Amino acid sequence: MSRFLGILTCLMISASVFGQIEVCSDCQFKTVPSAIESASPHDTVLVHKGIYPIHNMVITKPITLRGLNRPVLDGEDKGYIVKILSDSVSFTGFDIRRVGISHTEDYAAIYSFRADYLEISDNHLEDVFFGIRLEKSSNVVVKDNIVKGRFSREFDSGNGIHLWHCKNARVEGNDLSGLRDGIYFEFVDDSYVIANRSHHNTRYGLHYMFSNDDDYLDNYFYNNGAGVAVMFSKNIKMINNRFSHNWGTSSYGLLLKEIYDAEIKMNLFEKNTVAISVDGSSRIYYRNNDFIQNGWAIRVTGGCYVNQFTSNNFISNSFDVSYNSKLNDNLFQGNFWSSYSGYDIDRDGWGDIPYRPVKLFSYVVNRTPETIVLLRSFFIDIINFSERVTPVFTPDNLMDDQPSMKKIKW
Amino acid sequence: MKFTEKMWLIFKYSFKDMIRAKWIIVYLLFYLLLGFILLFLNNDLSSSVITIMNIIIILTPLIGTLFGVMFYYNSREFTELLIAQPIRRSRIFMGQYLGVSLSLSLSLVIGLGLPFLIFGLANSAEIFNFIMLIFIGMALTFSFTGLSMWISLRNSNRIKGFGYSVLLWLFFAVIYDGIFLSLLLIFENYPIDQFSLLMSMLNPIDLSRILVLIKLDISALMGYTGAVFQTFFGSNWGIVISGIMLLLWMTTPAYMMVRSSKRRDF
Repeated sequence: MSRFLGILTCLMISASVFGQIEVCSDCQFKTVPSAIESASPHDTVLVHKGIYPIHNMVITKPITLRGLNRPVLDGEDKGYIVKILSDSVSFTGFDIRRVGISHTEDYAAIYSFRADYLEISDNHLEDVFFGIRLEKSSNVVVKDNIVKGRFSREFDSGNGIHLWHCKNARVEGNDLSGLRDGIYFEFVDDSYVIANRSHHNTRYGLHYMFSNDDDYLDNYFYNNGAGVAVMFSKNIKMINNRFSHNWGTSSYGLLLKEIYDAEIKMNLFEKNTVAISVDGSSRIYYRNNDFIQNGWAIRVTGGCYVNQFTSNNFISNSFDVSYNSKLNDNLFQGNFWSSYSGYDIDRDGWGDIPYRPVKLFSYVVNRTPETIVLLRSFFIDIINFSERVTPVFTPDNLMDDQPSMKKIKW
Repeated sequence: MKFTEKMWLIFKYSFKDMIRAKWIIVYLLFYLLLGFILLFLNNDLSSSVITIMNIIIILTPLIGTLFGVMFYYNSREFTELLIAQPIRRSRIFMGQYLGVSLSLSLSLVIGLGLPFLIFGLANSAEIFNFIMLIFIGMALTFSFTGLSMWISLRNSNRIKGFGYSVLLWLFFAVIYDGIFLSLLLIFENYPIDQFSLLMSMLNPIDLSRILVLIKLDISALMGYTGAVFQTFFGSNWGIVISGIMLLLWMTTPAYMMVRSSKRRDF
């Protein structure tokens, strides 16, 4: 945090010490590129209100570009709009429209390559292909931007904020919609994603690939193809996020694939088809999460070891846990299950008989998905009950032997 | 068939008879108690609606069945007396059928409606789900009262009539789903999604369950990958088709009952 403040103060100082160049229809500079060309490093370029058709504008010196009253940079569907190839560029307060669509080039509204200490904030991006695409750029701040895609299909839309080979990035307070992935991280380490809203994206709200030691906190993901996908990554902390209404076929709140040593804490999962789908992920700690009215709260498919599920609330989910094997190496303890029907005679707050979260019916549905039409049927209740008494098809050691009697508060 | 004055008289008589029989009051009290206890323990309208669904789709058919049979056999002498009068048979039996099923439906509406209203249903988003649930309960009452009266009409032996009616309820409530599940598992390698939808249309209890599920548990059902389910559960088609089928299930038993009443030799 102090480092980011440092950058900000540096930028502010530079703005006051160095020169200022203004761009408007009756200023000396009528176009933004001409102003940038004559600016010396660390100058501020102030762009007044107006519409500026621009594409492929390259910034090769450290400057501050600031829009006053939201000037519009119109890309006219011709390709990139702004390319940042220098360190310490600040880009604030613009409306950016119409990025070109291509199936061979990843055109972006704002693109950077090998440019560190960038600040991109308070911009409104509309009709973009890719929104903000940063490559090999470290210590960047992307803050309070609104990025809207074209709400089209997955193969002809790009990502909102796309980071590739970056370090120490901070993505905060952005609103992302109508894109392929709201936020996409590939080979991004030691970065934060904080308080963003990512919604109505065709693929994922937030997507990690091969990224380690990242945190995402206080975000809200809803109505996406899937809320968040974390794949092939290590040490990801996921805290206090909200995943809701990620509905549809193969739709998830959170998809974990081949990840290790993650922490998932204090998140709220509501009304997702599958709240968390876990595949080949180990040493993951699930604590204090709320799973409310999901189709499946947790779906485990193979190769998941030493995971711990403790002190979570499972409330009114159609299936609490679904498992496709008979082996279990995961710990379920001290959770609250709304469908728990046991008792607590010694009144210590924990149920006296263990709870088995995997029902026979979830096993049946895994095998023959069409049987879902029998959900909540009386007959299904009967076979679930008999399976609970004598487990045959479900892992017999998969149980919460200390289920909480009351909803857990933290 | 016209709702004539004589039919109205018979309806009024049957309705009063049901209320006088006290059982209907017990039924009403049961629902009142159930509603209040559920809401008191839960205090959450939406999860109470789900719990009540489970009760409604099992209990209302059973109660409809039992009251239909009981009413028919208890008032058989009086019915035979009525038949000797210049009244059309269809009006006599229609009047009785409506008397029984409407009084049962009334208990359901008051018994569950009152507690939910007191706990703030009117200002809740659950009101439509709740109203649908009550309608489904009424439809099932009508359907199973008709079925059981039809069975009683065809069996003068009251033990037999009772047995068949309860068996029919047991079949629709439990056995049918068992067979259904086995069929799905046996033919799992074939495209069975259309078949499974058809099967659930042919059982009023499954049908009601599906109607509620479309509204409440859609998130789980959408998890299934298949175009047929997608269109059925994802659009309004599912509700329209199941609604029409449920209407058929309401009217057909009554029609069959009236038809066989005309042929019956008393």
